[in-house]
Amino acid sequence: MLVIKDLHIAIDGKEIIKGINLEVNAGEIHAIMGPNGSGKSTLASALAGREIFEITKGTVTFKGENLLEMSPEDRARKGLFLGFQYPVEIPGVSMVNFMKTAINEQRKFKGLEPLSASDFLKLMREKQELVGLHAKLTNRSVNEGFSGGEKKRNEIFQMAMLSPDLAILDETDSGLDIDALKVVANGVNKLRTKNNATIVITHYQRLLDYIVPDYVHVLYKGKIVKSSGKELALVLEEKGYDWIKDETE
Amino acid sequence: MENSQEQILSEVTGSEYKYGFTTDIETELIPAGLNEDIIRMISARKNEPEFMLEFRLKAYRHWKTMEMPRWAHLNIPPIDFQQIIYYAAPKSRPNPKSLDEVDPELLRTFEKLGIPLEEQKQLAGVAVDVVMDSVSVKTTFKETLAELGVIFCSMSEAIREHPDLVKKYLGSVVPYTDNFFASLNSAVFSDGSFCYIPKGVRCPMELSTYFRINAANTGQFERTLIVAEDDSYVSYLEGCTAPMRDEHQLHAAVVEIVALDNAEVKYSTVQNWYPGDKHGQGGIYNFVTKRGICKGDNSKISWTQVETGSAITWKYPSCILKGDNSVGEFYSVAVTNNFQQADTGTKMIHIGKNTRSTIISKGISAGYGQNSYRGLVKVTKNAAGVRNFTQCDSLLLGDKCGAHTFPYLEVENDTAIIEHEATTSKISEDQIFYCNQRGLDNETAVGLIVNGYAREVLNKLPMEFAVEAQKLLQISLEGSVG
Repeated sequence: MLVIKDLHIAIDGKEIIKGINLEVNAGEIHAIMGPNGSGKSTLASALAGREIFEITKGTVTFKGENLLEMSPEDRARKGLFLGFQYPVEIPGVSMVNFMKTAINEQRKFKGLEPLSASDFLKLMREKQELVGLHAKLTNRSVNEGFSGGEKKRNEIFQMAMLSPDLAILDETDSGLDIDALKVVANGVNKLRTKNNATIVITHYQRLLDYIVPDYVHVLYKGKIVKSSGKELALVLEEKGYDWIKDETE
Repeated sequence: MENSQEQILSEVTGSEYKYGFTTDIETELIPAGLNEDIIRMISARKNEPEFMLEFRLKAYRHWKTMEMPRWAHLNIPPIDFQQIIYYAAPKSRPNPKSLDEVDPELLRTFEKLGIPLEEQKQLAGVAVDVVMDSVSVKTTFKETLAELGVIFCSMSEAIREHPDLVKKYLGSVVPYTDNFFASLNSAVFSDGSFCYIPKGVRCPMELSTYFRINAANTGQFERTLIVAEDDSYVSYLEGCTAPMRDEHQLHAAVVEIVALDNAEVKYSTVQNWYPGDKHGQGGIYNFVTKRGICKGDNSKISWTQVETGSAITWKYPSCILKGDNSVGEFYSVAVTNNFQQADTGTKMIHIGKNTRSTIISKGISAGYGQNSYRGLVKVTKNAAGVRNFTQCDSLLLGDKCGAHTFPYLEVENDTAIIEHEATTSKISEDQIFYCNQRGLDNETAVGLIVNGYAREVLNKLPMEFAVEAQKLLQISLEGSVG
């Protein structure tokens, strides 16, 4: 699904990611953990195609194609989804209109006809229920006036609507109380199939009580310094990141 | 970061005007220039009664004493009023009884503009009056409307057939002395639409006029008059397009609305005159005076405008709130891209008691466009209990355009409650990236964001027009994102 080889990423000439290798296969959930400033969000944004991040070295293939040559919208249309850490507000644009546009752009890209209004509304209702997003929110403008938890839930809702092959969830758990966290995790678990993959980026272990990853990677100072099974998260929870720091420095 | 945003904006807002074709049709012109003989000639061609000629001549004599206004935040190159042709008419039978008598070339023109004069409009329930260059070409649905006593016809016809109504109301809201362009219009106006809704009638369909400038070097001076008697209602739509020409063309229209007791008039405009090219060459000078009077108690006048065209726009659709409890509304979206300039807004003159007004203005500037909101809220001494709410937003796409706000408040009665809110914003790169990440390209993203920004105003348009306006907003900004 996703193969990252020796990836280096810089912003304003300063190198943030200093050579990462990672392979994510269909059906897998990977967690990327690490202390603040380790480069987690940079990696997520760069994979989604944000231009301010400069790829200085390395390759990334997504479903066998060179991801780095694609525009951000083509990455999305090909099935890469980024759940934003800070979802932006778009005043005056209803969620319904936004999602309809997004879905139909994706369908156009795949050579499919636009979804009929009734099919679209059916899909909306189904996915709203799945992630527990209140129907009134989808009638509002994109993220406008949403609480922190609602915004995150809305990201998972969009993920459910677009059913991506690879979802990268960037600190989706930050700012969530435990109930909201459960709802978000529940959504991710329900959407999991053997054909799709998820990368969960998080600072805290607690999300991983609800989303059980196949692999845990620790990102520190722009490098993956440890990769292991899910038990690694528990070690981190117990010992904190200092343990990693001590080990690597 | 700034660069990529700039680039996105300029790419999205650079496309071409889509209505820029000309129609090869035989046109009857009079010589260029303006003097009393020309005015007599126009009046004679239209077989006008004596009072109209007098009205025109008085206006002309007054106009000669006036100077072009300079107070607007506009850079207006000098206009040689003697170089303009003041009357141009497609040569065809003057009063087509059916569509078969209309020049087929003309019908094709309106088809290209997406204005089918026949069945489609019938299905949509819109009555259309079409004004090409200086004269009204065809009014549809006249018979259906006549059964209700609604008069909807060209201004020329109204002057001939309903001289008493015209005499009573023409110039009653915008007098011929009002301003430079209104005086000019009063002297030379050639046609326009007239609309009369009798007492107690709710006009069952939208009335709509499409204006088209076709001939070269001509000015278009149309005059529209709407009179709504007690307890009546009408919704009126106006659309405008013009061919692409290298020279500037002058459009100086006057619209007057009279609303009597409990009457309501909704006036919607989608103005898409040719805006000139990317370098500011050509385009229409749009100097328009629009004013309505809520003459009766509990009456209401609502202006909605989507202004995407014209090289220069100078336009302030206003309401005189004379009747007690009367309501004035102004909803506006104005786009300036490339080298377009707009100085637009409204005047709400509160005279009656408990009168209310709402002003929502959304300016969008891209390229080198300059967009100014200019609005007056005036509360006279005896107007107790006045309420006004003004919201004035500016959206900037890129860093070479400008947005300006000139609000004026004159309050002589201290029971008035006046609110003014203003914001200036930019489309952020975060918003565009968020849309990109959901599979939208830059153009679609900007179109969506701009339409969202303008939604409050677009919602006020009749359904059919709203869809057109949304597309227009997107088109007029194509190539500006980048």
